[in-house]
Amino acid sequence: MLTSNILSLTIFFPLVGVCALLAVKKDNIAPIKWIGCGTSLLTFFISLALYFGFDPNINEFQFREKAIWIEQLNISYFVGIDGMSLLLIVLTTFLTPLALLGTWDSITHRLKEYMIMMLILEVGMVGVFAALDLFLFYVFWEAMLIPMYFIIGIWGGQERIYAAVKFFLFTLFGSLLMLVAILVLGYYASTMPGGAFTTDLLALYQVGPRLALSIQTWMFLAFALSFAIKVPLFPLHTWLPDAHVQAPTAGSVILAGVLLKMGTYGLIRFCLPLFPDASFKFTPLLSVLAVIGIIYGALVAMVQTDIKKLVAYSSVSHLGFVVLGTFAMTEEGIQGAIIQMVNHGLSTGALFLLVGMIYDRTHTRMISDFGGLAKVMPVYATFFMMITLSSIGLPGLNGFVGEFLVLLGSFKSKFLASYWYAIFAATGVIFAAVYMLWMYQRVMLGPVRPDGLYGGHKVNDLTRREIAVLVPIVLFVVWIGVYPNTFLSKTAPVAKQLVQSMESARQGGQMRVADVPQP
Amino acid sequence: METLVADIWRSTPLVLLTLVGLIALLVEGSGKGRAAAVYWISLVGTIASFVLSFLSLNTEEAAFNDMILQGGYAAFFGMIFTASAFGTLILSRSYLRRLHTERGEFYVLIVFAAIGMMLMASAIDLIILFLGIEVMSICLYVLVGFLRTKLTANESALKYFLLGAFTTGFLLYGIALIYGTVGSTSFRAISAAFPAVSNQPLFLLGAAMLVIAFSFKVAAVPFHMWAPDVYEGAPTPITAFMSTGTKAAAFAAFVGVFLGAFQIAGSKLSEVIALAAAASMIIGNVVAISQSNLKRMLAYSSIAHAGYMLSGISAANREGETGILFYLATYTLMNLGAFGVLSWVEQKDDTKLTFDDYAGFSAQQPFLAALLSIFLFSLAGIPPFAGFFGKYYVFLAAVKADLTWLAIIGVLTSVVSVYYYLRLVMMMYFQPGGATVEEPPAQMAFIAVTCAAILVVLFGIYPSLIVDLTKEFLNI
Repeated sequence: MLTSNILSLTIFFPLVGVCALLAVKKDNIAPIKWIGCGTSLLTFFISLALYFGFDPNINEFQFREKAIWIEQLNISYFVGIDGMSLLLIVLTTFLTPLALLGTWDSITHRLKEYMIMMLILEVGMVGVFAALDLFLFYVFWEAMLIPMYFIIGIWGGQERIYAAVKFFLFTLFGSLLMLVAILVLGYYASTMPGGAFTTDLLALYQVGPRLALSIQTWMFLAFALSFAIKVPLFPLHTWLPDAHVQAPTAGSVILAGVLLKMGTYGLIRFCLPLFPDASFKFTPLLSVLAVIGIIYGALVAMVQTDIKKLVAYSSVSHLGFVVLGTFAMTEEGIQGAIIQMVNHGLSTGALFLLVGMIYDRTHTRMISDFGGLAKVMPVYATFFMMITLSSIGLPGLNGFVGEFLVLLGSFKSKFLASYWYAIFAATGVIFAAVYMLWMYQRVMLGPVRPDGLYGGHKVNDLTRREIAVLVPIVLFVVWIGVYPNTFLSKTAPVAKQLVQSMESARQGGQMRVADVPQP
Repeated sequence: METLVADIWRSTPLVLLTLVGLIALLVEGSGKGRAAAVYWISLVGTIASFVLSFLSLNTEEAAFNDMILQGGYAAFFGMIFTASAFGTLILSRSYLRRLHTERGEFYVLIVFAAIGMMLMASAIDLIILFLGIEVMSICLYVLVGFLRTKLTANESALKYFLLGAFTTGFLLYGIALIYGTVGSTSFRAISAAFPAVSNQPLFLLGAAMLVIAFSFKVAAVPFHMWAPDVYEGAPTPITAFMSTGTKAAAFAAFVGVFLGAFQIAGSKLSEVIALAAAASMIIGNVVAISQSNLKRMLAYSSIAHAGYMLSGISAANREGETGILFYLATYTLMNLGAFGVLSWVEQKDDTKLTFDDYAGFSAQQPFLAALLSIFLFSLAGIPPFAGFFGKYYVFLAAVKADLTWLAIIGVLTSVVSVYYYLRLVMMMYFQPGGATVEEPPAQMAFIAVTCAAILVVLFGIYPSLIVDLTKEFLNI
C-alpha cells in the first residue's frame, strides 16, 4: 500500500505538518519551527524513496497512480514521474527544508502562518511536477500562487505589496489562457475517432501532434505564453526582479530554485510533445528571445547595486540557457536544459541564502555598503566563492556541465540550423563571469570597513546551522560538476525519446509520439 | 380530489414551506414581541423544506395539470433557495438586533420570497413562472426598503420596484406573444412547437422580451444598472439573499425556459445571450475595479458572475447546464459567506464598508480574515476552491459549443476580477491597521459561515458531490 502510493505521499505529506501546525499555539516559536522543518525534511526522505526506486531503464512514467476524480468530465487523479520530474521533485524537497533552516531566525512575526504557507507551497510544487492530467496539473499550478502571494506580501520587503500583486496577476494572466487551450485540446480529443473529452496527458500526446498547424499554433502560443511568463523569458520577465527582491529569503530561494523551473518544465513536458509542428514554427522566435534574455539579463545584472537584484537578473540569463537548450531539440540540448534547471536551483538558491544570511546581519544588500568581508567572514567568503564559481560555470562545478551541454546541443542542432545562437549565448557565460566576479570583488575583497561595521552592525561569521545548510548544496555542486552521469543517466531516456519524436514529427511520420505507453 | 391530494403530497417542499410561512405570519400577528418565535419557525421551515427537496431529488414528475414540476431540477434549486434563505435568516437576526429593528415580518418575507423562488424553479408553465417571479419580487421590494428611516434604503427600494415593475411588463408581453404563436403557455407545448415557430418574428420578439426580463432579474448587462444601487442600499443580509437566492431563481427560470422549453443551440437567441454574457463579464469586472464600497464591488462582481453563467446558457449543451447548476450552488455559498463577514464588520451608520476599513483585519481577526479570503479566492476562481470548478465547467461548455471566444473573454476578465478580490485580501493581510469587528458575530451565524467556507473547499476539491446530484434530471 505504502510503496504503491509513495508519490502521492511525497506530494501530500507536507499537509500533515500543516495540520500539526494548526494545532500549535502561535506563540510557541520553537515547536512551530521544528514541525515546519521536520515535515519538509521528512518529505525529502520520502522523496528519496522515489529516487532510489526509480528505474532509468524503463522508458515510461513510473510510480503511476490513477484514480477517477470527476467522472462526468473524464478527469482523473493521475500522477507519475519520469527522469526529469524525478530530479525536479527531489530538488524541490531538497531545497524546501534548506530554505527553512537557512532562515531559521529571519522570520519574526506570524511564524505559524509562514510555515503553513511554505508547506502548502511545497505540496503545489511537487504536485505540478508529478501531475499527468492537465486538469490536475492546472489545479496545482494555480493553487501554488496563493501561498507564494502571501509569502511575498506578508513577509516581503518595502515594495512587497506591489511585487505580490504583480507576481499574481502576471502568472494568472498566462495560465488562464492555458486553461482555455487545455479545454480546446480536450475538445479536439473528443472529435478524434472513438475519442472522448479528456485531459489525460498520455492520451493527449496522441491527439496534439495530429492537429492541423493552424490549431496547434494557437494552443502552442497559449501554453508557451504561460510558461514563458513563469520562466521568465525576455520580455515577460519584469515581474521577476520585483518578486525576487521583495520576497523573504526562503521565498526567493523557492521562487528561483523551483518556481521558475515550472516554466521550462512545462515547455519540455507539454509544449514540444503536444504541439511539435507549432514548436518548429516558433523555434526561431523563442530561441532568439532566449538568447536576448541571456545577454540582456547578464548586462542588467552587471549594473545592479543591490546584490539580491543582481542575483535575480542573473536568473533571467541562466534560464535563457535552459530555453535555448530545450528548443535546440537535440539530446545534448535537452539533457543540458534539464541539468541546468537543477544547477540553477542549487546555485541561485544558495546565492539567495547567502544574500539572506548577510542581510540578516547587516540589514543592507547594497554592494557599496560592503568591502573586505572576506577578512571578517572567511568561511562565508569561501562558500560564496564556491557558489559564485558554480554560477559562472567553472569546469569541475555544476554550472559548466549544463551550459556546456546546452551550447553543444544548440551548436549542432538542425532545428536551430544556425550556430549563431550558440555563439551569442556563449557571450553570456563571459558576462556572467564579469558581473559575478566583479560583485565578489567589491563585496568580499578590498579593505575592511572602518570599525569593521557593515550597515552599522558588527558581523560574525557563519553559524554551525548556516554551514550545515550550505554544505549539502556545495556537495551537489561539486558532484554534478565532477560526475554528472549520476543524474544525466536518469534523464537520458526522456531526452532521447523527446528528440526522436520531434524528429519523426518533422519528417511527418505517422507515429509521431513514439513509444508513449497507453494508460 | 384524489389527484389533488396526490399533487399536494408530491409538492411537499413547496407546500410545507408555504404552510410554515402562513403559520409564521399568524404568530407574528397574534401579539407583540413574537419576532424570536417567527424566526425559529422560519428557520425550521427552511431546514425541513431543504431536507424534503433533497429527498425528492431523484423523482421528477409533473403535478397540478402540468403546471408544476416536482423533484429533480426543482428540488435541486429548492435546496439552493432554502439554503440561501436559511443563511439569510441567520445573518439577518444578528444584523437586525444590532440595529434594534428586529421585526417578525422580515423573516416571514424572506420565507415567502423563497416560496416564490421555488415556484419559479418548479414552473413548467409560463403563467406559474410569472406567479413565482411576482411573489418573490414583491417580498424583495419590501425587504430592500425595510430600514425605512434610511435614505439609501428608500432610494434602492424605489429603484428596484420601478424598474422591476417595468420588467414585469416585458415579461408579460413576451408571454403573450409566445402564447400568440404557440397557442399554449405550457413548456411542453412550446417545446413541441419550437422547431416550427422558432423563426417567426412574433415568437422571436416574445423570446427577446423574455431575455430582457430574465436579464434584468439576473442583473446581466445591459439591464444591470439597478444592481449596484439596490445592493448598496439594502440591508446587507438581504443583499446576500438577492445576490444568491434571487439570482439562482432567475437563472432557474432562464435555464428552464431557454434550455427546457426552447432549443436554442446554435440559434440567434444563443448569439444574443452570448453577447450579453460577454458584456456582463467585461463591464461587471472592469467597473468593479473602481469601486471603493465593498457592497457595490460585490454587486458588480455579481453582474460579472451572471455573465459567466450566461455563457453556459448560450452554449446550450449538457455541460453548460450542469455548469450553471454547480456554479449557482457554490456561488450561493461563497457570496453568502462573503456578505456575512461584511455584515459583521459593517457599522450601524453604513460605515466600515470600504477597502480601507479592512486594513490589518487579519491581525485582529485571523479566523474571520481566513474565511473571507477563502470566499474571495473562490469568487476569483482560483483552484482548489469551488469557484474555479464552476468556471471550468461553463468555459468547457462554451468551448464545446464553438464559443471559444466567449471562454477567452471569460478568462481574461477573470484576471481583472482577481485584482479587486485580492485587493481586499491585500488590505486584510498586507496593510497594517486595526480593523476588527465591533462585537463578535452571533454563534449560529459564525458556524453557518464557517460551514459555508468548508463546503467551498470541499466542493472545490471534490466537485462530483454536486455534479452527481444533477445528472439525473437535466433539461438537455
